[in-house]
Amino acid sequence: MSQALSAQLAALSNNLVYAAMAAYTVALLALAAQLAATRTVPGEAPRPVREPVSVSVGSSRRDGGSSPKVLDPAPALPAASSRAERLARIGRSVLVLATLLLAGGVVARGLAAGRTPWGNMYEFSITGALVAALAYLLLRRRYPLDAVGVWLVAVVLLTLGLAVTVLYVPVGPLLPALRSYWLVIHVFAAIVSAGVFTVAMVLSALQIVAERAERTGRPLRGYLATLPAAGRLDALAYRVTAFGFPVWSFAVVAGAIWAEVSWGRYWGWDPKEVWALVTWLVYAAYLHARTTAGWRGRRASVVALVGYATLLFNFFGVNLFFAGLHAYGGV
Amino acid sequence: MSRVLTQAPTPRVPPPVAPPPLGPVGMARWAWRQLTSMRVALLLLFLLALAAIPGSVVPQRDSDPLAVGELAASNPELARWYERLGLFDVYSAPWFAAIYLALFVSLVGCIVPRSRQHWRAVRARPPAAPRALERLPAHRRSTLDAPPSEVLAAAHAVLRRRRYRVVRDGADGPDGAGGAASLAAEKGHLRESGNLVFHLALVGVLAAVAVGSLFGYRAQVLVVQGGGFANTVIQYDSLRTGALFDPADLPPFTLRLQRFTMDFADSGAQVGTPLDYDAYVRWQPSPDAPTQQQHIRVNEPLSTAGTLVHLLNPGYAPRLTVRDADGDVLFSGAVPFLPQDANFTSTGVLKVPVAAQPGRADAGADIGTETGADIGIEGLFLPTAVLDAAGPRSVFPEPRDPALFLTAWTGDLGLDDGIPQSVYRLDTSRMTQLRADGDLFRAALGVGESAQLPGGHGSVTFDGYTRWANFQVSRNAGKEVALVSVLCAIAGLTASLFVRRRRCWVRVAAAPGGRSVVEVAGLDRDAGGDLGTEVEQIETQVRAALQGSRPRPEGAP
Repeated sequence: MSQALSAQLAALSNNLVYAAMAAYTVALLALAAQLAATRTVPGEAPRPVREPVSVSVGSSRRDGGSSPKVLDPAPALPAASSRAERLARIGRSVLVLATLLLAGGVVARGLAAGRTPWGNMYEFSITGALVAALAYLLLRRRYPLDAVGVWLVAVVLLTLGLAVTVLYVPVGPLLPALRSYWLVIHVFAAIVSAGVFTVAMVLSALQIVAERAERTGRPLRGYLATLPAAGRLDALAYRVTAFGFPVWSFAVVAGAIWAEVSWGRYWGWDPKEVWALVTWLVYAAYLHARTTAGWRGRRASVVALVGYATLLFNFFGVNLFFAGLHAYGGV
Repeated sequence: MSRVLTQAPTPRVPPPVAPPPLGPVGMARWAWRQLTSMRVALLLLFLLALAAIPGSVVPQRDSDPLAVGELAASNPELARWYERLGLFDVYSAPWFAAIYLALFVSLVGCIVPRSRQHWRAVRARPPAAPRALERLPAHRRSTLDAPPSEVLAAAHAVLRRRRYRVVRDGADGPDGAGGAASLAAEKGHLRESGNLVFHLALVGVLAAVAVGSLFGYRAQVLVVQGGGFANTVIQYDSLRTGALFDPADLPPFTLRLQRFTMDFADSGAQVGTPLDYDAYVRWQPSPDAPTQQQHIRVNEPLSTAGTLVHLLNPGYAPRLTVRDADGDVLFSGAVPFLPQDANFTSTGVLKVPVAAQPGRADAGADIGTETGADIGIEGLFLPTAVLDAAGPRSVFPEPRDPALFLTAWTGDLGLDDGIPQSVYRLDTSRMTQLRADGDLFRAALGVGESAQLPGGHGSVTFDGYTRWANFQVSRNAGKEVALVSVLCAIAGLTASLFVRRRRCWVRVAAAPGGRSVVEVAGLDRDAGGDLGTEVEQIETQVRAALQGSRPRPEGAP
């Protein structure tokens, strides 16, 4: 590919990412305004208290708080005003548009570099944000989640903002160590699981908020009334994490195989490897916690948040603070 | 994954009654039950995660011995404490091993009884239909225009097609004799099988890692272009081995580095980024085998008899010739220099022991005496040299304007002391730096240039340069077991997370006029399933299978 074409594609990619950020901002504002409009519907009675999540200590039923009924995609909201409905439609459409723009940006970046666009932290971030947005859009087809979407879009925007300001590097060639088809396999699995875990993180965080609100026993008002029930959030967060966990395991294993090829050992306790294992252990603890009496609900959600924190640290902290074999973040 | 299913309900708060005293057996049983409980397993998972972290913060002797040495030099008190706590070798420390061994004992202690249970569950008949099917989470009832025996056969086929294990339920009495007959069906045992496979496979991974650390080895050897090595312990620059490693196991190959090329980006946004390192080698798997050729690149190791030869880091080796005052050559050859930055600003030393040479007229007079007149040269090799206010450095990794900056010492190198020393560092404790005209002696040489050492110590010539490559020779014993285990683990994990355990019952009762009333009911044993659709589909398919029979909703005339 000619240098000029590559430069043009790189510029196009940057513009698309900026356009996506603008669109995400619009989507965020529309969704937030919709939630605000929903809660100021005149004359509407506050939503009644929902059944508290049955943490069901000593219950022999494994799915105590999350029977299939709770997962039914029945709308959680009372009939909203037409303005709120309009805002919600705008927000959802712009969200799709923004995600398409971001996908275009990622593809253009890959074309400009002549390789899969995940060779440095910038590329990893924009692709991860794309995966998170796509995962959310897929999830939203089945469940009404606008109250969750606001936060997810905020996280995506934050990621993109960080990517274009702090992590940005111009399009460049890959280091010899990265030139392997394992880059495609290992890093793609890592990006997918990171994106999926991001959605799960938002769900787990909101689960904690919802459960706290429900425990007060008072009628839910304002934003809290627009949130899905804590039990539903818990079940959704579990399902999303349960999808991300095998993918993360695969990412670690693919990394080990690549390490065997590239460095001559499949596991060498490099800081990146250590933190990948820590993340794996914490998410494994989360999956176990959800089946342990007394741990379901808020406590399990806290474990999931800790897992996500270790994932973030592995991505940012390890690249920035520790010298290791994975030190080609490009920052 | 779901031990709670198999455990008796545990109250959150123990009753405030003092338990009866336990004997030693009782204590052991109590401890075992604790260790294999889910709560303790959770705790151990957290503990292991926590225990792994220090190894990423404190330098590890295994991966970065240099940093360990530096920390010990700069902060000996802290290093002593780290040493005591095993923080320089976290992953082989006893406390770390204690945590993961406890976790694995807990895991096995949980898996073995569950395997027994699962074995029984798999072979057991699906449980008989409950009396009141309409009280199950999903339930449908309809009337079909077919005799009960046909309906039963159709339902049996439908359930089999949907991969249920189906049994005729005898509890309801004889078929078609005015009473009701029913089918009990069950699927999803794969979930627990996957769960057990996952946990057992983790034990396999642990075993493979143990084998690897017992029988594996990892060595490094630096080879200058044109040079080579035979795969024996004495030729390695460094070697780490497992406890049961036997040097006789080393594959007897020999390898010669014919040509080593480095390619760097010379334009664009990332100038100077390495594009490719390519080591072209000729090698023999064993002394009497034919010579083979191969390219070793960063992600393309050479593999022979379970041993891998990897290309690690490269560098430059200036070719130097040192002559004495009479012009006799004391040393001539390539000296590997270690790169200090991405542009290969490289440092290195040359140690020239000058021994008493009996054949020479001036033997013992001023050189080669016990006090020593060895020559030590410290140099800086710059592939693309720039000398400015920031000092001499290289600005591009390829040799576009190579230069050698050097200074020299004389005295006793200490090579006869029998103490091993680094070939990259000069021990100057018994040496003095050469001076010229009152200043420290320095020379800057281009290729082919020479410098006279002051004080009649001879001369140094910068003949040119070549490249070197650092190779790693390693064997990861048990890696195949680890790979198979870990793939089994992921497959089992996926099954344990996504396979749904379901039970389904179909009850058929005769209705007047050769028709049947059929009830389909289902029970999900895992959260999140769409049970209603499942039951509906079963009913629809049974109806479709009984072509020609017209269904009637119950209550219709």
